[in-house]
Amino acid sequence: MPKAKVNGVEVEFEPGMTVLQVAELAGEEIPRFCYHERLSIAGNCRMCLVEVKPGPPKPQASCALPAAENQEIFTNTPMVKKAREGVMEFLLINHPLDCPICDQGGECDLQDQAMGYGRDDSRYAENKRAVEEKHMGPLIKTVMTRCIQCTRCVRFITEVAGVPEIGLISRGEDVEITTYLGAAVTSELSGNVNDLCPVGALTHRPWAFNYRPWELKKTQSIDVMDALGSAIRVDSRGAQVLRVLPRINDDINEEWLSDKSRYAVDGLSRQRLDRPMVKVGGKLKPATWGEAFAAVAGKIKATSPDRIGVIAGDLQDAESMKAALDLFGGLGVTSLDCRQDGSGLGQGARESWLFNSTIAGIEQADVLLLVGTNPRLEAPVLNARLRRQWLAGKLTIGVIGEQADLTYAYEYLGAGAASLNGLAKSRSRFAEAFKAAANPAVIVGANASAGALKAAAAVAKTYGVVRDGWNGWNVLHSAAARVGGLDLGFVPKAGGKSAADLTAKGGADVLFLLGADELDLSKTDAFVVYLGTHGDAGAHRADVILPGAAYTEKNGLYVNTEGRVQMAERAVFPKGEAREDWAILRALSEHLDAKLPYDSLEQLRAKLFADHPTFGQIDHAPGSIPAGLDLGTIGAGEGGEAPLTSAVKAFHLTNPIARASVTMAECAALASGAARHAAE
Amino acid sequence: MTNRLTQAIKGAALMDFGGAFWLAMKYMLAPKKTVIYPNERGPQSPRFRGEHALRRYPSGEERCIACKLCEAICPAQAIYIEAEPREDGSRRTTRYDIDMVKCIYCGLCQEACPVDAIVEGPNTEFATETREELYYDKERLLDNGDRWERQIARNLEMDAEYR
Repeated sequence: MPKAKVNGVEVEFEPGMTVLQVAELAGEEIPRFCYHERLSIAGNCRMCLVEVKPGPPKPQASCALPAAENQEIFTNTPMVKKAREGVMEFLLINHPLDCPICDQGGECDLQDQAMGYGRDDSRYAENKRAVEEKHMGPLIKTVMTRCIQCTRCVRFITEVAGVPEIGLISRGEDVEITTYLGAAVTSELSGNVNDLCPVGALTHRPWAFNYRPWELKKTQSIDVMDALGSAIRVDSRGAQVLRVLPRINDDINEEWLSDKSRYAVDGLSRQRLDRPMVKVGGKLKPATWGEAFAAVAGKIKATSPDRIGVIAGDLQDAESMKAALDLFGGLGVTSLDCRQDGSGLGQGARESWLFNSTIAGIEQADVLLLVGTNPRLEAPVLNARLRRQWLAGKLTIGVIGEQADLTYAYEYLGAGAASLNGLAKSRSRFAEAFKAAANPAVIVGANASAGALKAAAAVAKTYGVVRDGWNGWNVLHSAAARVGGLDLGFVPKAGGKSAADLTAKGGADVLFLLGADELDLSKTDAFVVYLGTHGDAGAHRADVILPGAAYTEKNGLYVNTEGRVQMAERAVFPKGEAREDWAILRALSEHLDAKLPYDSLEQLRAKLFADHPTFGQIDHAPGSIPAGLDLGTIGAGEGGEAPLTSAVKAFHLTNPIARASVTMAECAALASGAARHAAE
Repeated sequence: MTNRLTQAIKGAALMDFGGAFWLAMKYMLAPKKTVIYPNERGPQSPRFRGEHALRRYPSGEERCIACKLCEAICPAQAIYIEAEPREDGSRRTTRYDIDMVKCIYCGLCQEACPVDAIVEGPNTEFATETREELYYDKERLLDNGDRWERQIARNLEMDAEYR
C-alpha cells in the first residue's frame, strides 16, 4: 500500500483515497461542509484546504485531491490556518447572524467550525444578501439566506433518493438552491437533507422551534415503522418524544432514515389510549385495571378455547407476543395469528421468510427479481441501496407485480403469478441475464399468498437463486413484528383459524387483538379485547381496551426482515395508566388462574431465549447457509391470475402511530395529490 | 509611672468626655442616613438584579424569540420554555415559566439574552403569601415588563457603555 506523511507522521493508505481521507486516517481533523462520506465529491466549500508537497505553493482542497505516494500533507501550518480563516470569513459574509432563532443552533457545523477555525471578527461591512424562501413540502423548512451552497442536498436527492428535484440555479452571489418549479420534494427519504444540511438552511419543518438539541434526552433504539429495523436515536424531553434521528448502522440503514420513521413521532402523543376502558351499554367507559381484567377474564373463562382467537399486530415486540403465546397457548387456544395481511409465509424453515442475502449482502447480487413488492414504499432505505447498485451498473432488475416508479430502471415482466410461471420458461433478455447471473436474487413481498410464493420459489429454483455460498431468496417484510412473530410460531396451530377466518362473521367468540389494527373488523360479532396504544381500528371496535406501550415506551426485541434480533430501548414512560404489554398479559394471566412464570422482563427474556434460541443472538443477521433452505417447500397451491401488489398502498399511513400523526396526514394528502400546495 | 500621670491629667481635664461630646454633636448636625421605608428609598445601582420581566419592543411585539439560552444557562434551572411557530411563522414562546423560588438572582439569564428580552428589573417588592404565586408564567413576566419598562430601559441605557 502507498504511504504518505501527514504532519510528518507516515501513514499507509489504500490507493484511490483522497488527501482528506488520508489525513483522517492519521487522526487529523479536517473541517468541511460540502464533503460527505456517502455522497459524491463536490469540492465547492473550500473549507478543507491543506498544504500538500510536492505541489503548487498554495493550499489545496483536500476532499477532491487524490492522495499520492510519498506525498507530504500539512494540516497545521500557518498557510493552512490562514486559508481556513479566510474561507470562514468568506462563508460568513452572507450568512446571517440569526443563530438564536435558528433550529440548527447548537448542532450546527458552521457554528462549531467558525468557533474552531474562524477569525473573531469580519472585515466585511457591506450588507448581507437575502434569498427568498423556497417551498420544499411539509417536511423541509427553508431559510435560504443561511445557505452556504455546499450542494449536499442536491447531491443526496439526485444520487441517493433518486428524485432529482432539488437543484442549484444562477451563478456567483445570485446562486440559489431551489426545487423544480417550486414543487414539494416527493422522496420518501427527503428528511435526510435536513440532517445533511451543515447550516440551518434546511431544517425539520414538523419540529420547527420545538426544541434545542442540548435539552433532549437521547436514547438509542430501533425503528419499527418498516421491517428493516433501522438504527435510530429517540430524543425526548420529559414525557414527550420530540424527534427521531438515524444512527449509523452500515449493515442496515447506513446513515439514512425514511420520512415515516422520522416524522411519525408526533403520532405518539395523539389519539393515545391512556386508561383501561370497558364497554357498558354500547359505550366505552373508563374503568380501573381490575374492572377491565375482570371483564376480560370472565369472558375468556366462559368461552371454549377453540372459539378464542388472538391476533398480533405489526408493531409488537417479541416479548409481548411470547407472553400472549404462553398465556393463550396454555389455555388451549389454537387460533393465533400474526399475519394480518393473509400472507402465506410461516410454514417450514425459518429461512423461507427471511431476507437471506442480508441487507448489506444484497450488494453482491447482480440480477434481481422483485416479486409483488415495492421497496420504495416498503423499505425506502433498502431501495436507496438497490438504486446505488443500479446506478453503478452492477445490478439488473426485473419486476413482477405493480409497475411503479422505483427511482431506477427495471424490466417489467408482468403482473401476476402467471408471469412468474412464464418467466421460468422465458427466453427474454432478463431471463437470459438471470440465468447467467453469478449472484441472482429474488425479493418477494411479504403479503404474497401461498400460491404466489410457490410460483416465486419455483422461479428461484429454476434460476438457482440458492446456490453454494449464496442465498438470494429474500422476503421483504413491511411489518416490524412479523419476523419475530413467525420465529415464535405465532401462527394457527393444528385446527386453528387464520386472521381472516377469525374476523369473519361467527369466526370467534372472543377476539384478543394485540395491537392489531390492519384488519376489517366490521363483520365480526366476537367480544373484542384490544391491547394497544392508539385509538385506531382495533380500539374502535373493542369491547375492552387495555392501554399498552408504544415502541418508544418499552424495552423490546424486534426481529428485522433479515432475521436480525435488535433491542429497542425505552425513551419515555407509557402514557397515563398504560403499562408495558407483557406486564398487562402477566397481570391478566393471574385473573385467568394461569399465572405466567415470569415476574420481570429479564425472566421473560430468559424464557424466550430458552424456548427460541434465535432470539438470543442479538444484532446478528443469520445470512443463512443455503443448505438450510429447500425452495421446494415454500408455498402451496396455485398462484392464480390475481395481480401481485405491494403490501404498502399509502406509504405514510401504514400503522396506528403514523395514522395518528398530523405530519404523516399532510404528507399522505400531498402524495395522493388531494392537496397540492402552491409554490408561493 | 509616666503613663499613670498622663492618664490622671487627661481625666482631670475631661478629655474623653470632650472627644465623645464632639462626635455626638457632629452626627447630630450631619444629614440623616435612615430612610422612612416605604415612603423613602435608598439609592439603587442600574445593575441591580431584582424581579424578572420580559420586555417588548416599542411596537408592542414581544422581544423573546425562544432561543432558550437563558434556560440553558440558568444555574438553578428555574426557567422552563416551550416554543412553536406562531401563526405568522415567527419563532415565539408558548410557555415561559420562571420559578422565582428556585431563582438565585445571579443575572446570567439577562446576560445570555441576545435581544434584551429577559431582564432583572429594579423591583424587590414581590413577596407573596403563598409559594404558588412565585411560579411566574409568561403573562406575569410580560406584565412586569410593561410596568417597569421605563426604568428598565433607563437602567440599560446607563449601563450600556460598560457592557
